[in-house]
Amino acid sequence: MVQLKINGKPTQLDVDPNTPLLWAVREQTGLTGTKFGCGIAMCGACTMHVDGQPVRSCSTPLSEAEGLDVTTIEGIANADGTLHAVQEAWIEHQVPQCGYCQSGQIMNAVALLRDTPNPSDDDINEAMAGNICRCGMYDRIRAAIKTAAKASTVMGG
Amino acid sequence: MADATEKKIKVKKEKEKGPRKGRWTRRGFIGAGLVAGGALVVGVAIRPGDRTDTLAEYVAGDGEHLLTAWVKISEDNTITAIIPHGEMGQGIHTALSAMLAEEMDADWDALDIIEAPAEKDYANFPLVREFATGGAKVPGFVFDTLNGAMLGLAKKMDMQITGGSTSVRFTGTGAMQTAGAATRELLMRAAAKDWDVSVDSLRTAKSMVYHDASNRSGTYGSFAAAASEMKPNLQPKLKSRKDYTLMGSPLPRVDIPAKVDGTADFGIDAKVDGMKYATVMASPVHGQTVARIDAKDAEAMPGVISVHNMGDYVGVVADGYWQAKQALDSLDVDFTTSDASSLSQEQLFAQYAESLDTGKRKTMHKAGNVAKGAEGAAKTIEAEYSVPFLAHACMEPMNATAWVRDGKADIWCGTQNPLGTRMAVAKAMELDAENVTLTTAFMGGGFGRRATPDYALQAAALSKVSGHPVKLIWSREETTQQDHYRPAVLGRFKASLDADGMPLTWESVFNHEGEPKEASDIVYAIPNKLVQVVDSPSHTRLGPWRSVDHTQHGYFTESFIEELAHAAGKDGYEYRRALLADKPRFIKVLDAAAKLGKWGEPLPEGQARGISIVESFMTIVAQVVTVDMSGGDPRVVHVACAADPGFAVNPDGFEAQMQSGIIYGLTAALYGEITLEGGAVAQSNFHDYEILRMDEAPKIDTIILTSDARLGGGGEPGTPPIAPAVANAVFNVTGKRIRKLPMRDLGLGAAS
Ligand code: FES
Ligand code: FES
Repeated sequence: MVQLKINGKPTQLDVDPNTPLLWAVREQTGLTGTKFGCGIAMCGACTMHVDGQPVRSCSTPLSEAEGLDVTTIEGIANADGTLHAVQEAWIEHQVPQCGYCQSGQIMNAVALLRDTPNPSDDDINEAMAGNICRCGMYDRIRAAIKTAAKASTVMGG
Repeated sequence: MADATEKKIKVKKEKEKGPRKGRWTRRGFIGAGLVAGGALVVGVAIRPGDRTDTLAEYVAGDGEHLLTAWVKISEDNTITAIIPHGEMGQGIHTALSAMLAEEMDADWDALDIIEAPAEKDYANFPLVREFATGGAKVPGFVFDTLNGAMLGLAKKMDMQITGGSTSVRFTGTGAMQTAGAATRELLMRAAAKDWDVSVDSLRTAKSMVYHDASNRSGTYGSFAAAASEMKPNLQPKLKSRKDYTLMGSPLPRVDIPAKVDGTADFGIDAKVDGMKYATVMASPVHGQTVARIDAKDAEAMPGVISVHNMGDYVGVVADGYWQAKQALDSLDVDFTTSDASSLSQEQLFAQYAESLDTGKRKTMHKAGNVAKGAEGAAKTIEAEYSVPFLAHACMEPMNATAWVRDGKADIWCGTQNPLGTRMAVAKAMELDAENVTLTTAFMGGGFGRRATPDYALQAAALSKVSGHPVKLIWSREETTQQDHYRPAVLGRFKASLDADGMPLTWESVFNHEGEPKEASDIVYAIPNKLVQVVDSPSHTRLGPWRSVDHTQHGYFTESFIEELAHAAGKDGYEYRRALLADKPRFIKVLDAAAKLGKWGEPLPEGQARGISIVESFMTIVAQVVTVDMSGGDPRVVHVACAADPGFAVNPDGFEAQMQSGIIYGLTAALYGEITLEGGAVAQSNFHDYEILRMDEAPKIDTIILTSDARLGGGGEPGTPPIAPAVANAVFNVTGKRIRKLPMRDLGLGAAS
């Protein structure tokens, strides 16, 4: 039995603590917004936040998240239920094609903007290079991150 | 039980109606009728006998009227477009709905969209309509598949049509627009009758009919019932482009909101009560079977329910995917071997070379006489090119969920071929197709891979043997090694030039005859040509890969023509222009790309541009890329892309498809290579089958040209031109011609 918080909700998961966080969350809680791409930390599709830090949940044992705050794509919206600035920017730039990588892209972009509110192209390249988009929407992801950065700066005053 | 009886009755009725095959007629059938349960139907029938009653059963609820197979209208004026294609990211739900709504004058903001059920009736209509109106001969057979219908027909008609590139061209124009216009006419006639005014005095907008003279208006919903009793016009008048309000303007894609908040359901997200998880490993050498399996340890692992020898693969069913995967990894399995089990990549290409030397040649394209044409040539150029196998590497690993029990099967999965998948499951499970349901989901990438239902068949088989509803998930490794690959191809090229450097002859021979046939043809005005193919049997599974044979032939042709330009001492852009002088559409696209890519303008040291142009799926695409070689390996800094698809229904969606196709093709050009070792695929995951990432992704600018050509595809035509454009740019910096893909590890130095 592993105790943790998922999207703010205290949760107990009754599975082997060695189970990767990805599968524990997807199969035990029904939160399937986080995706499986490679299983070896090479694609970023499975990105979740653990205590605010982006992690590759396919390669993170559930036990490592014990007692911590886990956030998935389902928990990234603002407290009032409106979409996060990054999600808004994703819609504005019509980023997703198949959409399968996008939960991971968004989770990684949210973390990037938290640490680097005004990222340069190099910052974006570096932070996002771990997330594969097989549909090749990199140009749009880059533009959307910049839009989200602007929106957050304006909101933050 | 009542259910079963009803089904039986229906099957019987169908038999009484006689065989389902029939001669296609030259015209589509649009019929109207009232069916049981109060649902009113105006149906588009596709062969003698109206089939819309079966459709209504699947898609129309109480108080809903199915007006043609592609739209239903409820009395509260909710209009629902029924889209017969899966969404794999190409934005097809949006584009096709817009085509329907445009002609129908439906309120776009209040339009609902659903995916059509996997029923034969949805498979057939657009093709008939398309070919009936296009004047092509329509063969008299019944298709079993949805997108597969396109492939089936395409095969018979000697053209290959795949997935996304067919949807707008065939279903869009052939079905959606026609149905929209026919529906609008019906509703206007119903209103005219009700108000006792002439149809000409009416206008429509946003799902309403107006009679301005008497200040009356009514919703489409209020006329749906009356409309359904009228006989629709078989050939309704379509709008002219200048009157479009939806088509041609950038429409936000309807599938996007769910793809940013985690609610979009892909195949892998299926949730079924009591569901267990499975994973599989098939013989690494394709075509071999399980020789021996020791499952003792695996069966004893926690969470493992059962281990199965399925003949050509082994499967583990467990409480969770991870447990199934752990158990699979611990299995001790041997597979049978064959001659193929020692085949290496070098031997494979040696076999190809051998068949080019001695194999029986089949002529694909011919003009003039190459032997005569070459007499008196000033120069002869020869070159050999090759491309490797490529995996699709869809972001979402292959998966399907199945529940097979009590003489029925329910399947949930993402597929490019819903009806074909349903039929294949029925056949494999020895069930009546009536007893197989298929629920489709978003696809995390298709690119041709999800046209083959192998993964759904495995899910069904594992559900059946284990007695549980089973979600089968392939590992990334299995997804990479059990793909149906873009063929590896070796091609030899020869051309002769006159004293001015213009080509007199063009000859080529290559292995693998795929689709579409025109891919290996050349568009350039060369008086004598001979294009031939030899057979090259492969034990490795092959399949359609984004843009199909245009990927290899686009690269070959656009590289070799550049070699000719170079031999002639001419600029690649000008040389192409001269050879395309009689093709104004091509010239326009080429000029637009050259302008957008600043052809001829100075660049920093270590950089150069390359150009190419390829027509595929009726869309012409030219690209000018800027490549930087200062790091020793090609880095693409900019891509200028010009495309003429005739008309882009959703320009923003079309642009996204070009961007996507370019990155897909660039990944292949730089990194993509599946090799064989001991007859098995050597690559397994993203560390050795690399995908282009953000830090290497070029800036892409796209310009869309409009012409009066018929609608071309969007999903695929962006891919073929990029590899040759990059290779040509690399040559322009380094003087080294790249005749083999991918471009890494070729010992390309920085410009000296
Ligand atoms: S699935 Fe975790 S990084 Fe790819
Ligand atoms: S949108 Fe398809 S993989 Fe990124």
